[in-house]
Amino acid sequence: MKRHFRVWRGDSSGGDLEDFDVEVNDGEVVLDIIHRLQATEAPDLACRWNCKAGKCGSCSMEINGMPRLGCMTRMSTFTAAETITITPLRTFPVIRDLVTDVSFNYEKARETPAFAPPAGVAPGQYRMQQIDVERSQEFRKCIECYLCQNTCHVVRDHEENKEAFSGPRFFIRAAELDMHPLDDRTDRKQHAQQSQGLGFCNITKCCTEVCPEHIKITDNAIIPMKERVVDRRYDPLVRLGRKIFRRDQLESEGALPSQRTARVTAETPSGRRLPEAPAVGPDGRLDISELAAPSQGGLSPFGEDLTFPLPPEQVTYHHPEPDPTLPQSEPPATGGSNS
Amino acid sequence: MTTTATRPGGRARAAISARTLRTDRWWLAPLITFLGLSAWVAYATVRVFLHKWFYVDEYHYLTPFYSPCLTDRCGDAAEFGTPLPNFWLIPEAALTLPFLLLFRLTCYYYRKAYYRAFWLSPPACAVPDGHRTYSGETRFPLVFQNAHRYAFYAAFLISIINTWDAVRAQTTGLGLGNVVLWVNVIMLWAYTLSCHSCRHIAGGRLKHFSKHPVRYRFWTFVSKLNTRHMQLAWITLGTLALTDFYIMAVSAGWFSDLRIIG
Amino acid sequence: MTTTTERQLYDVVVIGAGGAGLRAAIEARLAGKRTAIISKSLFGKAHTVMAEGGAAAAMGNVNSRDNWMVHFRDTMRGGKFLNNFRMAELHAKEAPERIWELETYGALFDRTKDGKISQRNFGGHEYPRLAHVGDRTGLELIRTLQQKIVSLQQEDFAETGSYDSRIRVFQETTITELLLDGDRIAGAFGYYRDSGDFVVFEAPAVVLATGGVGRSYKVTSNSWEYTGDGHALALRSGATLINMEFLQFHPTGMVWPPSVKGILVTESVRGDGGVLRNSEGKRFMFDYVPDVFRKQYAETEEEADRWYTDPDNNRRPPELLPRDEVARAINSEVKAGRGSPAGGVFLDVSTRLPAEQIIKRLPSMHHQFKELADVDITKEPMEVGPTCHYVMGGVEVDPDSGAAFGSVQGLFAAGEVSGGMHGSNRLGGNSLSDLLVFGKRAGEHAAAYVETLAKRPTPSRVDLAAATEVALAPLVRGEGENPYRLQQDLQAVMGDLVGIIRREGELSDALKRLHELRVRVANVAVGGDRRYNPGWHLALDLRNMLIVSECTAKAALEREESRGGHTREDFPKMSAEWRRINLVCSLDEAGEVHLERKPVPTLRPELLDLFERSELAKYMTDEELGAE
Repeated sequence: MKRHFRVWRGDSSGGDLEDFDVEVNDGEVVLDIIHRLQATEAPDLACRWNCKAGKCGSCSMEINGMPRLGCMTRMSTFTAAETITITPLRTFPVIRDLVTDVSFNYEKARETPAFAPPAGVAPGQYRMQQIDVERSQEFRKCIECYLCQNTCHVVRDHEENKEAFSGPRFFIRAAELDMHPLDDRTDRKQHAQQSQGLGFCNITKCCTEVCPEHIKITDNAIIPMKERVVDRRYDPLVRLGRKIFRRDQLESEGALPSQRTARVTAETPSGRRLPEAPAVGPDGRLDISELAAPSQGGLSPFGEDLTFPLPPEQVTYHHPEPDPTLPQSEPPATGGSNS
Repeated sequence: MTTTATRPGGRARAAISARTLRTDRWWLAPLITFLGLSAWVAYATVRVFLHKWFYVDEYHYLTPFYSPCLTDRCGDAAEFGTPLPNFWLIPEAALTLPFLLLFRLTCYYYRKAYYRAFWLSPPACAVPDGHRTYSGETRFPLVFQNAHRYAFYAAFLISIINTWDAVRAQTTGLGLGNVVLWVNVIMLWAYTLSCHSCRHIAGGRLKHFSKHPVRYRFWTFVSKLNTRHMQLAWITLGTLALTDFYIMAVSAGWFSDLRIIG
Repeated sequence: MTTTTERQLYDVVVIGAGGAGLRAAIEARLAGKRTAIISKSLFGKAHTVMAEGGAAAAMGNVNSRDNWMVHFRDTMRGGKFLNNFRMAELHAKEAPERIWELETYGALFDRTKDGKISQRNFGGHEYPRLAHVGDRTGLELIRTLQQKIVSLQQEDFAETGSYDSRIRVFQETTITELLLDGDRIAGAFGYYRDSGDFVVFEAPAVVLATGGVGRSYKVTSNSWEYTGDGHALALRSGATLINMEFLQFHPTGMVWPPSVKGILVTESVRGDGGVLRNSEGKRFMFDYVPDVFRKQYAETEEEADRWYTDPDNNRRPPELLPRDEVARAINSEVKAGRGSPAGGVFLDVSTRLPAEQIIKRLPSMHHQFKELADVDITKEPMEVGPTCHYVMGGVEVDPDSGAAFGSVQGLFAAGEVSGGMHGSNRLGGNSLSDLLVFGKRAGEHAAAYVETLAKRPTPSRVDLAAATEVALAPLVRGEGENPYRLQQDLQAVMGDLVGIIRREGELSDALKRLHELRVRVANVAVGGDRRYNPGWHLALDLRNMLIVSECTAKAALEREESRGGHTREDFPKMSAEWRRINLVCSLDEAGEVHLERKPVPTLRPELLDLFERSELAKYMTDEELGAE
């Protein structure tokens, strides 16, 4: 039976919806129709796909205006008379037809500090309980289809927020690492608030709605992260509890000093703090609304929660004294490739 | 017809002229939310400033909208003294209502509901935002949404007061009013405990559940309730309004309380 | 048409961004080499995500009797002793370290009660051995490696101010040709898929990690990327392929609905209690236990069912036989007319486990069937049948270094594209650990090889011009064959004539047809321009698929026995003489495929001693046993 389709074709210079009538068989999904189009009427119709089983997250597109995976949208969910409109993801620049440039997401991934392995635990010695890893495991189900990134109105409708906002995918990454039983960093919350733009999220839950893996992005990652930020900034009871019991494993401030020193001297560069820009807007000026800032007056270019002087064991700066055990300066390992 | 790209420069988005291509009735959910919340707010406002028909003396029924009752108008309903002046702009429960309002205003579910239905930011998924610029909850005044935790602590205390109201009414026997009050209180507790902040305090903030088995069990319990937070938010709006209406009706003598015992 | 070509200089170029490629790149970067990763699709979308069961490593977390020797034995048995023993040995010894290493990169495997990595049962493995994360282990592996690479890039950023200074990912880039300087690798030529612009990577060492060849088959679990690029690149640069006749057909792929034909149903469905039944409702696997396995497998349904709860005192159910045996059994049942309506058999877990158990143990299976096929596996059986899944053969490599044999130097291969490790049949779960073990080795040795060079080889201009011309030909031609049509025809030839059960007549016929196809592929033409043009991409891939298919068909015709992933109807027995022979495929100057026989390396005595003599007698000739 033939069904009517409208597919957006074009590139960054412009384009439009084109009409096609395509044969549809029982049990097919939208991606099958695109393949049929490629094999017949439009051999150069550009579309990403890989596994065709909802496991790789390549075939993200918008079907009748909703962000979805082409391989997971069964044709049987549409009525026979319905016109099916297929467009590329709106939030990202288009390359051609249904293919968009998703490099925004890869850039944001790079800016999210990686897992910091615990100091002094050898490979093979990691011990974690199943109940402790389960929360993070939910977020590791993510197939990086970027439908959540695409549907989030913070960047979908406001291109200018892209710089300051990392998007749901990277909030769950931050939550995953913050809840990881053995992650050695304690500043995930600060990072989420200050560098990822957690505050932009107004929890309207569209990311959760479109997630093909049904990860509870808002309830299990974003809100807990917001609450964790509240913990250290706003909650009086938590502060009191911390004072009374002198322990707070969430912040793991009670880590042994010896461990902490070990961590700084032992080379774990992947856990190193990323350079953070001063807290000014794109115009180079500080935010006007001082009232909203936790401390009044000019914001510190080192981040608002640093007090000076720093405890020496937290300083990651290495004094440029020649270390006799190391070669003077390690040449960048180019192997002469630039000659 | 070929439309041109919306943005100059090489990195342009696909030029799609339709603002949304959604074909389903995406506007229905925000519309229902809008009507539901507006109606409730209208009813509650009228009732709070009515200053009468809030207490059934005979059976000690006090409507939650007036609890705790703190002005001279309260009469026997005053359980905690009457420190507040008798001025029509001051509700009987002026010390608790703002916190309850704050609790619901900053609730993670209601935020979603009114951002979508009232502020249109966004009205529905993949439907454009109703506003040109957007800064979310990063600055004043919305940064104060983070005060939800305080509001939760307050709501927790107020729930205890509501429970006290139900217990006090119980001393007079048993009528339909008691059942209504109890249902309302149980639902209020369910809503309050299913709060995301509560879930976080209960155990969500821990890094190692395995080291805190009791809190883990509590967290699991709250997590289960939490998945119903939206339903509970609406159910409690309903039970609050119904409880209030029932007590108003009995108090005004429109109909009498259905007595089971006594 | 403009043909500007970008130049990129690197020390090590890794082609392929699946598990093996990423692991190799990490190792090359850690060795201080400037490394490029080339990925045909987006970073992190590689086919590795499809691996569901787990990664086999003898850590002994669940059963402490497990060790590398048991794992080695299982691997050799599974591969029917055709494995390169050294590879199997290295694999069994190093797999646990590679898995533990992943935890330091941030991987979160499922845990045992005492907090160690949990391990599960899998077909062909004597003890629970597969480290897993639900049934999405492949995704966990690729994501972990991807994130490790990002973390290395962050280190570089902190040091040099550029994320790309030492390791860079070129996504959506395809390599069409390797460039040589004499016999040495000098670089790789390819194009960016989005712009269609050409790019030359000048590098003294190339690691192939391009995966398999499944896209030449009609029913396959493989994604479009699996067009045998690495195999073909290796052949054209003077390397050799071994044992290309051994293709694994996964016994249980979905056969309904048609659009998802080929997608795998993981073996853990059977490991967790799923059973195979024919249309008569009979649990038919009991009829297909081969003699060599008779001792380890249950003979009655009662004994088999007891095994799930008490594996120490009962023998395993026959559903857990190695994949080829299961595939063959299903094929026989369907041919005998006892198949399901869609041409498969029924895999039933719904009557064996309570619904919540199924959802807990097989979450993504449940999800997949529900979403893709509207089938609830907790309520009804699945319809499954054999699907092309994995190629055991591949680039002939040095077991220790992963360096390709043949005339070329500086070429390395790891993962599915390399051959030898799995012999004639791969055990489930061995592929993920294979990726890690040999990915690391290939990266390490590629870096070491670069170190030994006194001078960087340089690609010649003539080769570059020729590569450009070949790549542009389908676009320039204007009129010619449709690439999609050609691919369908190729898939039909391979699926029908070089499929799971093979015959001499059909194989010769296949070779004839492949020759005809070669003429047609030389005349392929596509419309449109070079920007993200899938027709053009396919046209360029066809050449690779064809040449690899020819190797497979030739080797399948030559090997006159049935063993593992190669079943000849006319030679149904396994032959001890053939066990001693590897079939090696190479390309001559004129581009013709040649096949020669090479001896299989002899097992070292201490490894041979791991087996009982009676077991060896099933595989080996008297002469070999006498020489022991």
